[in-house]
Amino acid sequence: MAFPRFAILFLFLLFFLSQSIGKEEEFSEELLLKPLPDRKVLAHFHFQSRVPPTETHGPHHRLFPKAIYQLVHKFHIREMELSFTQGRWNYERWGGNDPISSNNAKPPGVELWAVFDVPQDQVDASWKNLTHTLSGLFCASINFLESSTTYSAPDWGFRQFAGNLRYGTLPREAVCTENLTPWLKLLPCRDKAGLSVLMDRPSIYRGYYHSQRLHLTSTEFDSTGLNMGIVLEQTLTVVLQPNNPGNSMTYSSDSTLPQSWSLSSLFGRKVGGKCVLAKSSNIFVQLEGDLVSELNSRKKENERDDTDNLDFEGSWSNFGFELSVSPDSVINEINSVHKGGPSVMYKFLVENYSDSKPFDLGLMWKIPVAWSCPQAPLQDNRFLMGSGNERGAIAISLKPIKQSEGFQTPDINNRDKCSFHVNVFQVVPWYVKVYYHTLQIFVDGKPQSVPDVVTKMRVSPSEDKVSPGVMELALKLPCGIMSAALTLDFDKGFLHIDEYPPDANQGFDIPSAVVSFPDFRASVNFLEDASSNKSPLLVKMQERSPVLSYTEVLLVPLTTPDFSMPYNVITITCTVFALYFGSLLNVLRRRMGEEERLLKSKAAKKNEQFPVLLSKLYAKLRGRPWEPPQSSTSTSSSSSSSSLLSSKLLIKVVLVAAVAAGWQYYSR
Amino acid sequence: MAESEPLKPKPRPIVRIGIFLISHSLLFSVVCCAAGVVALLLLPVLAKNTYISENALMPGSAHPMLSSQDVSEANKFVQDITILNLKSTGASIGIPGMVAQHMEGLGAEVSYHKFHPELNKFHPLHFFSGPDHGKIQENWTCSSYGINAVGIIRAPRGDGKEAIVLVTPYNSLKISLGEALSLGIASSVFSLLTRVTWLAKDIIWLAADTQHGEYAAVDAWLRDYHTPIFGGLETLNPETCQEISNSYELKNSPVTGADISDVFRRGGTMAAALVIKVSDRSSEAERDTLSIYAEASNGQMPNLDLINVVNYLAVHGQGLRVKVEKLWSLHDSMLLKVLGQIFESIGKVARKLNPEWKFGVPVADYIEGTATLASSLYRQALGVPTGSHGAFRDYQVDAITLEISPTFSPYNKGRKTEFLLRGGRLVEGVVRSVNNLLEKFHQSFFLYLLTSANKFVSVGVYMIAFALLVAPLPLVAASLYSDGTKQDFSSEKDKPTSSSAPVDAVSFKSWKWLHAAKTVFVVYIWSAIVTLLPYIISQVPDCTPTHSLIIWILLSVFSLLFLRSILGFSFSFISVSQLQDKEWALLKSVTISGAFVGLCLMSIINFATAEIGALLIVPMCLMATPLIFDVKDWSLRSLTRAACNLLLTFVGFPPTAYIVTKGLFEGFGSVNVGDFWNWAESLWMWTSATYLYVCMVHLPCWALCVYILLHHH
Repeated sequence: MAFPRFAILFLFLLFFLSQSIGKEEEFSEELLLKPLPDRKVLAHFHFQSRVPPTETHGPHHRLFPKAIYQLVHKFHIREMELSFTQGRWNYERWGGNDPISSNNAKPPGVELWAVFDVPQDQVDASWKNLTHTLSGLFCASINFLESSTTYSAPDWGFRQFAGNLRYGTLPREAVCTENLTPWLKLLPCRDKAGLSVLMDRPSIYRGYYHSQRLHLTSTEFDSTGLNMGIVLEQTLTVVLQPNNPGNSMTYSSDSTLPQSWSLSSLFGRKVGGKCVLAKSSNIFVQLEGDLVSELNSRKKENERDDTDNLDFEGSWSNFGFELSVSPDSVINEINSVHKGGPSVMYKFLVENYSDSKPFDLGLMWKIPVAWSCPQAPLQDNRFLMGSGNERGAIAISLKPIKQSEGFQTPDINNRDKCSFHVNVFQVVPWYVKVYYHTLQIFVDGKPQSVPDVVTKMRVSPSEDKVSPGVMELALKLPCGIMSAALTLDFDKGFLHIDEYPPDANQGFDIPSAVVSFPDFRASVNFLEDASSNKSPLLVKMQERSPVLSYTEVLLVPLTTPDFSMPYNVITITCTVFALYFGSLLNVLRRRMGEEERLLKSKAAKKNEQFPVLLSKLYAKLRGRPWEPPQSSTSTSSSSSSSSLLSSKLLIKVVLVAAVAAGWQYYSR
Repeated sequence: MAESEPLKPKPRPIVRIGIFLISHSLLFSVVCCAAGVVALLLLPVLAKNTYISENALMPGSAHPMLSSQDVSEANKFVQDITILNLKSTGASIGIPGMVAQHMEGLGAEVSYHKFHPELNKFHPLHFFSGPDHGKIQENWTCSSYGINAVGIIRAPRGDGKEAIVLVTPYNSLKISLGEALSLGIASSVFSLLTRVTWLAKDIIWLAADTQHGEYAAVDAWLRDYHTPIFGGLETLNPETCQEISNSYELKNSPVTGADISDVFRRGGTMAAALVIKVSDRSSEAERDTLSIYAEASNGQMPNLDLINVVNYLAVHGQGLRVKVEKLWSLHDSMLLKVLGQIFESIGKVARKLNPEWKFGVPVADYIEGTATLASSLYRQALGVPTGSHGAFRDYQVDAITLEISPTFSPYNKGRKTEFLLRGGRLVEGVVRSVNNLLEKFHQSFFLYLLTSANKFVSVGVYMIAFALLVAPLPLVAASLYSDGTKQDFSSEKDKPTSSSAPVDAVSFKSWKWLHAAKTVFVVYIWSAIVTLLPYIISQVPDCTPTHSLIIWILLSVFSLLFLRSILGFSFSFISVSQLQDKEWALLKSVTISGAFVGLCLMSIINFATAEIGALLIVPMCLMATPLIFDVKDWSLRSLTRAACNLLLTFVGFPPTAYIVTKGLFEGFGSVNVGDFWNWAESLWMWTSATYLYVCMVHLPCWALCVYILLHHH
C-alpha cells in the first residue's frame, strides 16, 4: 500500500512543478511618471497580482491577498472596480484620450461597480453583501450603496457588455489615509519596500488629483472554461505639483519653462530597490507625442549650435531636457493614431538599485516648451440651469476642446457620411424628478428632434424612495460638430423629515454622468524589445478600451425645513391641537337650554360675582360689615358700575406701581 | 344689558373684546397709530449687536496669507493697466484682453464672455416673472458688445460643486484709477488663491465690463451662467461681429496650452459673491473706509452672516472704518436730537430702576442709528438694487458690494501698496470664511434692517411697528360698517310704510354694502389702467419727463372719467338715495379694508415699502370725512380735522409725496416735477414691486379718500 501513496505524492509533486512553471502567482509593480502641460506631474502606480485558478493551484496563496480571494469566491464576482477619488481630473489640460485618463480618471468620492456571476435574482443580494464587506475592508461608508435608491443596473450605457452589472457612486465620500492603508495591505510588500515606499502620505494627499483604484477580474466561474484565475490590479494615480524652491510659480513672464522635478522632490522619498516578491519592478517616464514632436522640431531649428549631446556623471541628456539617470531602454509608440506623433517611454529597472544606491530619478528642463495632451473627441460639461427651489434643468454640453481643428477621425471611417457614437449614462437620485420626455438635443445650436440623433435609449424613471432614475442614451453625432447639448427638466421633490442628511442645507448631489465614445479606443502600443517579459502596465495600456469621461458632480439645493426651530413646530402644533380640542369640547359640553336657565337664574340673583367679592374684600379691609349694594343702583347702572369699579381699581394699581417705582428709584 | 334683553345669552369673551374694541375704535386707532410711530422711532434703541451665527465661518481664525509679493505683482498689474489705458488707441487687445492674460498667467482657466446689454424696458407682464426669460433682441450692433473676462480657479482637491464669485466692475473704455485698484485687489487675492491648499470651493473672478452699465454686465453673465440659450445665440455671434472676434481671437497660452476662448466656463452652485470696488474720491476720515451695500431688488437682503463676516474682518482684521449708507440730512435734525435726549433720559431712569435693563443709547448713537435705519428702510422700500450684487440675489446667491474708499490721494504710491494689501487681506479673509462653509448661508437673518454696520433690527422687532400701524384698519372698517348698517336698521325700523321690514332691511343692507364695494372696485380697475399707462407713454418719442408726467396724470384723469361714465353710475345713483349721509361711512369702510389687504400683501413682498406706505396711508384713511360736514359744523375741532385731511391728502398724492420728501431731504431748490417720472421709470425698469404698490394700492386709496372728502348730498 506504500507504493500507491508514494505514487500519488509523486504525481502531485510532478503536477505542482509543471504548474509552477507557467502558472505561478505573480506580482508586479510599476510606476509611470508623465509631465503634464500645466507644470504638474502625473504619477501612476500600477500593482498587479495574479493568481492561477483554484482548480489547478489550490486555495493557498503566497502573494495574492486572501481577503480579495475570499471576496471573489463568496460573491461570485466576475469583475469589480472600486475607486476612491479626491479632486477632479482636468480633462482639458491632462488629456482625455489616453489609457491612463480613460481608465483612471474617476468621479470624486467612491465609485463601485461589479459584475456578478450569479442568477439574475440573486444579484441584488450579492451586491448588498459586497458593499458591506468592502465597507469593512476599506474603512469607508460603501455600505450606503446598499440602499436601492443609490445603485442602478445599467444595461449598455456604462459598459458595452454589462450582464449582471450593478453600479453605484458616493460623491460625498471623503477620501483619506484610512482608505489607503487597507489598500496597501493588499500588496505583498505593503509600503515597506519597492515602489510603494514612495507613497509618503502628506505628499500624495497634497496633490491636485488623487485616485486609488482596485480592479478585479476573475474567470473562476466562467462557464466557457477559459479559466485564467484572478487578476487584481491596484492603481494609484496622483497629479502632483513639483515645488522647487528656486522656481517661483507666481505671475512672471518666464513662466513657460516646465517645472523640473525629481522623485525626491515629488514624494520626499527615494526608491531603495524593488519589492523582492515582485516579478518585475519598473519605472517609466512617458513623454507625450505632442511634446516629442515639439522637441524634435525645436531640435531641428537649433541643430547647428546645439550638438553637445553627451552624458556626464551618469546622467542622460536629450534635447530640451535631462534625466538624472540614464534609462535602461527607450520604447517608442507604434501605430500612433494621435496627431502629435508617437510618444516615448523611458524605462528604468528598479532591480538595479538598492538601499545603498537609491534610485532618485530627476527630470530637468532646459528650454521652455509648451504642448498639449491628446484630447477626448468631445469635452463634456454638465451643469444645472434655472434658479429657485421649484424646478430646474440638467444640461450636458459636449464640445471639442479645440474648436478650430476638430478632432481625429474615429476608427470606423464612414467616408460618405461621417458620424460617431456617444453614449451617455446618467443616474439621478429620486428626489430630483427628471422628466425624461423633456429631453431636448441641440447640435451646433440648432434644436434636433430626438429620433434623429438618438439611436438607442433606455430610461428607467425614478420611483420615490425606491430607485433612482437611470438614463442611457446612445447618440449619433456628425463628425464636424462644433457643439452639442442635451437638456432635461426636473422638479425638485420633498423629502421626509428623517430622510434629510445632517447637512441638508448644503444641497444634494447628482452623481457624475458617464460619457463614453465607443468608436474611439484609448490604447497606446509600445514596441518593446523583449516580448516574452511584457510589462503589465504596457499591456494594460494596449487594451482597446473605449474612451470614457466623467462629468462634474452637481449640487442641487432643495427646500429644507427649518431644522433649527423644532420649538416653533411644537408650539404651532400644540396651538392647533388646543384650539381643536377646546372647541370640540366646548361644542360637546354645551347645552343651550341649561345655559339659558342658568342665565335666567343668574339674572334673578344678583349677577356680577366679581364686584361683589371685591366690595366684600374692600369692606373687610375697612373693617366695616359688608352691605350688599342697593338693587336700585345696580339695576340702573350695572354695566357702568363694573367699568367704574374697574377704572378705580386700575387707578389704584397704577398708583401702587408708581409708588413702588419711586421707592426703587430713590432708594438707590 | 342683561335686563333689557334677558333671554339673549352673553356673547363669548373674544366676541365681547371685539365689540368693545370696535365701539372704542377711535381711541384704539389713535393709541395704536401713535404706538406704531413711537415703535418705529424706538427701533434704533432696540437694535441688537450683530453676531456670527454660523459657527463654520470662523472669520479671522487663520492668519492672512497674502504676502507683499502678491501685492507688488498686483501693483505692477495696476500700473500696466493704467499705462495701457493712457495709450488706449494703440492697444490691440484692450483691457479685457490684458486682464484675461493676467488671469491666465496666474494659472486660472480663462474665458471671455461677450454679451449684449439687455435694455431695461417696461414689460408689464414681466413683473415677478423670474430672471429666466430668454428673450432675444433683434437690434444688436457690434458696437454694443461688452466683454467680460472670467477666470476660474479650480479648487485643487475640491469636487467643484460650489463656487465663490469675485466681481470687479470696470469700464473697459476708460478705466478709472479706483477701478484699476479694485482689479489689483482681486488680482492679488486671485494669485494667492491659485497656490493655497485649503481651497474647497472654486473661485470665479468676473472682471465685468461696465461700459453698458455695471448691473447689465453682471446680470448678462449670470443669465448665461444659469439659463443659457442653446439655440440661435451662439451661431449669431461669430458671423455678425467679425472685427470683435478677430481682436479677441483665440490666443494659445504659452503656459498651459489651453485657450482663452469664448467657451462659457462654469463653476458649481454659487455660495456667495463679493463685488469689490474702490471709490475714486478719497475718504475724509483718517482711516480707509469700507462701505457695504447689500440691498437687492424688492428689498431682499443677503444673509446677515455675510455682512457680519465682512464687518468683523474689516474692523478687527484690517482696521478699516465700516459704514453703511445713511441719510445725511437727518444728521442735524432737531426733532431727532430731542427724541434722542428723551430716550436717553428714559434709559437712564430705567437703568436706575433696574441695572439689568439695557435700554437707551446716547443721543449721537441714536441719531446715527436713525439716519442709517431710514436709509436702510428707504433703499429696501425702493426695491431697486444698490449695486451689481442685486443681480446675484435674483438667483438666490448671497452677495454684497464692498466699496473701499482710500484716504490717500490716488497718486501716492507708497500708500497704494498698503491699501492693496489691506483690501486683499480683507477679501482673502472673507473668501476663506465662506470657503469654510459646509452648507449654504442659512443660519442668520434674511429679514433685517441695519442701524449701523454692527447693529441690526430683526424682523420680529420691526414688525411690531407695522402691526400697530395696521391694526386699527380692520377695526375702524368694522365699526364704520356696523355704524352704517345700524343707522339703516333703525331708520328702517322707524319707517312705518315698509311692509316686511326685516327682510327688506337685510336685503337693502347687503345691497348697499355692495354698492360701496363696487365703487372701490371701479377705482381699483382704474388704478390697474394707470399702472399700465406708462408703457404707452414711454413709446412716445422725445418726451421730457415733465411732459410725460403731465400726460400720465391727464390720461389717468380721463380714464377715470371714462370709467365713471361706463361703470360708475353708482356715484350719482347713491346720492339720490335717502340714506346718503351715511353712505360715505360704508365707502370709507370698504376703502379701509382695501388698504388693509393691500398693505398686508405688500408687507409680504417688501416689508419696508409696506411700512413707509402704512405711515402715509393709515392716517389718511382713518381721518377721511366729508369736508362738507366740517365746513357746516364750523367749530375749531372740525376745522382742524378738515385742515388735517387736506394736508394728508395733499401729502398722500404720490408725486407730491415724492417731491415733498425729496425737498425735505435735499432742499427744495433742486426739485423738479419731472423727477417723479424718472423715479417711477427707474422703479418699473427694475421691476420693483414698489411701483405696483404705489399704483395699485396707494393711488386708489388716495383717490377714494379724495372722493370721500368731496362727498356731498
